[in-house]
Amino acid sequence: MEAKSENPRWVMREHEVFKEYARETSSKATALKNYIQELRIEIVREEDKELEFDIIGCDISLVNAFRRILISEVPSMAIDKVFIINNTSLLQDEVLAHRLGLIPLRADPRLFEYPPSGRKDEEVSEQDTLKYELKVTCTTHPQAPKYSRLPEDMYRNSKVYSKDIKWVPIGRQGDMFPHGTEQFSVLENDILICKMRPGHEIHAFMHAVKGIGKDHAKFSPVAPARYRLMPAIELTKPVRNEDADLLQSCFSPAVIEVVEKETSSGEKYREARVKNARYDSCARNVYRYEQLKDCVKMTRISDHVIFNIESVGTLPPAVLFTEAVKVLKNKCRIFLAELEHAGV
Amino acid sequence: MEKRLSRIPGNQGITYGTFVFVDEGHTLGNALSYVINQYPGIKICAYTVPHPAENKIHFNIQTTGESAIEVLKRGLQDLERICDHTIETFDTAYKNFKSNDTPMDTT
Repeated sequence: MEAKSENPRWVMREHEVFKEYARETSSKATALKNYIQELRIEIVREEDKELEFDIIGCDISLVNAFRRILISEVPSMAIDKVFIINNTSLLQDEVLAHRLGLIPLRADPRLFEYPPSGRKDEEVSEQDTLKYELKVTCTTHPQAPKYSRLPEDMYRNSKVYSKDIKWVPIGRQGDMFPHGTEQFSVLENDILICKMRPGHEIHAFMHAVKGIGKDHAKFSPVAPARYRLMPAIELTKPVRNEDADLLQSCFSPAVIEVVEKETSSGEKYREARVKNARYDSCARNVYRYEQLKDCVKMTRISDHVIFNIESVGTLPPAVLFTEAVKVLKNKCRIFLAELEHAGV
Repeated sequence: MEKRLSRIPGNQGITYGTFVFVDEGHTLGNALSYVINQYPGIKICAYTVPHPAENKIHFNIQTTGESAIEVLKRGLQDLERICDHTIETFDTAYKNFKSNDTPMDTT
């Protein structure tokens, strides 16, 4: 993608990075209008839990706000309280409770309310709490193979996995969510919680509530949410033959290609070309070589953001992004309402 | 509901205002100051987190004539509209992507 030259750029030189001077063309009064005219979003790639898209014509402060909100203010459900009835395993209660808290749940947080603050531990409401039970006892396998010393063969339940956590409906939840068992199950079945030996038992009840990543990282709905600026690489001089291969090795794979060419006199030579700068890591290796130094101009387009969201899996990343923007919008509304009604 | 927005008292007149946003941080502060800085007649619009252990920001607006409260209100309204527009644009882009489902030419 050949970027327009009037786009503001970050220029990456050997020893410095600076923003190119760009003339302010828009009149300031129409900033919002400009945003509405210029914003472009293009979805690039979607895989299962991952979404990559481009935000073009948007200031970095807004993009960063979306990223920060995704990480710390979009809600999700997580186990928050663990009531241990019996725990004779080797894991201490508090360590076990911490491990249980970090297990991602499939429950959609939009179906629930935030729990009211200052509520007693045992009080629950079907509107804001999901209850789970974990009950596993390890025993000796009665028909264990004679010559096997593998714990899986010798014992029953020698490993406790996240799939052993079972949802228990509270109040009318059983009627409200007929598919609750699948709907609220754990997201990954094979998370190892603890290993046990005969005689060990874990019996615990858990309360999952809605929360945000600011409070605890277990509530964060994204694995990473990140953005970077679109790289742009220009070759200012032709680079040929061995230098072309060297140039190719200076960038991330598939960024530079080397093509066969022929001069008018029939002499064959190979020349480097920029194929796709999008996935370049922007390591400035090229400046290590004297002969290549002046052939390349490396820049980043400062209003073209490549945004990446990787969801934990509860909600698809596209939904998470709209939720994040809604959170920002909601912040504005809260303060506007306060300005209107309470005054300052 | 407890109050989350207040103004630090002072006698600099209506064109000067420092507002305290409780339970907010760089997320809102930076985005809002970007929006307000675009307006004509703004001398300074900036924010600070006075102490990292206190969850609040001080948001300062100085104008050449307009009331600081009015500017703050306009900034919040515009930021809200920006959010609306972002959701709309994203949804259209996502729908287009889903209906074509052909990988975009990224070269």
